[in-house]
Amino acid sequence: MSNTTGSAVPLLAARDLVKAHGRTQALRGASIELRAGEILAVTGASGGGKSTLLHCLAGIVRPDTGAVTYDGERLDQLPEKRLSELRRTEFGVVFQFGQLIPELTALDNVALPLLLAGARRQEAQARAGEWLERFGVRGQEELRPGEMSGGQTQRVALARALVTGPKIVFADEPTGALDSLASEQVMTALTHTARESGTAVLLITHDAQVAAYADREVRLADGTVAPLEVAA
Amino acid sequence: MIRMSTRHILLGLLATGPSHGYDLKRRHDERFPQARPLAYGQVYTTLQRLVRDGLAEVDGIDSDGGPERTVYRSTEDGARELTEWAGKIAPPAPFVTNEIFAKVVVSILSGGDPDAYLRAQRAAHMTRMRELTAVKTAQGSDLATVLSADYALNHLDADLRWMTTTAARLTTLTAEVDAG
Repeated sequence: MSNTTGSAVPLLAARDLVKAHGRTQALRGASIELRAGEILAVTGASGGGKSTLLHCLAGIVRPDTGAVTYDGERLDQLPEKRLSELRRTEFGVVFQFGQLIPELTALDNVALPLLLAGARRQEAQARAGEWLERFGVRGQEELRPGEMSGGQTQRVALARALVTGPKIVFADEPTGALDSLASEQVMTALTHTARESGTAVLLITHDAQVAAYADREVRLADGTVAPLEVAA
Repeated sequence: MIRMSTRHILLGLLATGPSHGYDLKRRHDERFPQARPLAYGQVYTTLQRLVRDGLAEVDGIDSDGGPERTVYRSTEDGARELTEWAGKIAPPAPFVTNEIFAKVVVSILSGGDPDAYLRAQRAAHMTRMRELTAVKTAQGSDLATVLSADYALNHLDADLRWMTTTAARLTTLTAEVDAG
């Protein structure tokens, strides 16, 4: 099991986040904490602000007001250069689909973040191969995204998100386009690997069966985090 | 908890070969880990009824160094009955007498707080779903465990969907009443 109670100081914390897209108020004072090594599911109806929350937490967009603190740093106030470095080295991101580069093979897609971080090609490819094996897609190295099934594509995307050894993986509906068995394979691979490596996961999902892979769940409704109930 | 026809489950276990009551109970509890464990009394009563109805018969006595145990085997009528039962569709039950449904309705009728109840029930469902997911994805889980966890997870998920829709309906209803 992952460490859900070990550290008192959260790895990532957001306080009173407010964010509007034009006239639509996506977040209305959302607060959330993610501890090191924890797998946290954020659930709620579509349009409830889940993806906007993930974008703010991952430093992809800045909130209008409120604070995001990552490992002691105010993420919402960091210059773009430092944010970009964090996203490349400490954060991994997986979306529902579309994040792999269609022209590159599975192996090159996974090796890409390492090459961008300055690794040599041979070393990057060797490590990418190891990660493809951990996600059960060994033997698919030379296939391009269009030649793989949805479940295989998502496992390659997960390998790419984890290859740099990030502290947090942000996963936005990673199984949203998959059938139940492919979804199970992806979630099992993600949670086993994250728990082994101590990586925290912030998992956005509308699916309770996917949320059940997490250690904990918070619900987002109308742009705020709903009060948590303690199960009897 | 899963409720099943003990009579047919025992016939199914006997289809793999003669067996005694103790062994049948053990195999039942292994094969259906999410079901209520069978009581020994229930196993022996059911076996006696199967013999009475000609669906099973006594194969012999097995002592094997320990206490004497009566070994049973399925008859041809038993095998026929099992095949018929296994192929017969179960009525798609609407489950409208479910306790969760009843509590929400009573709460609405009595001016209670159904929304608070639904949130707490959801948390309890999610806790159980996390436990089942951990059981299902543990390394070395056998097929029976995985299938039974899948079955329970899908039914809990169906409850959750109904609870989510109900909570949304109650919110809409309250807003309409307040606006009126």
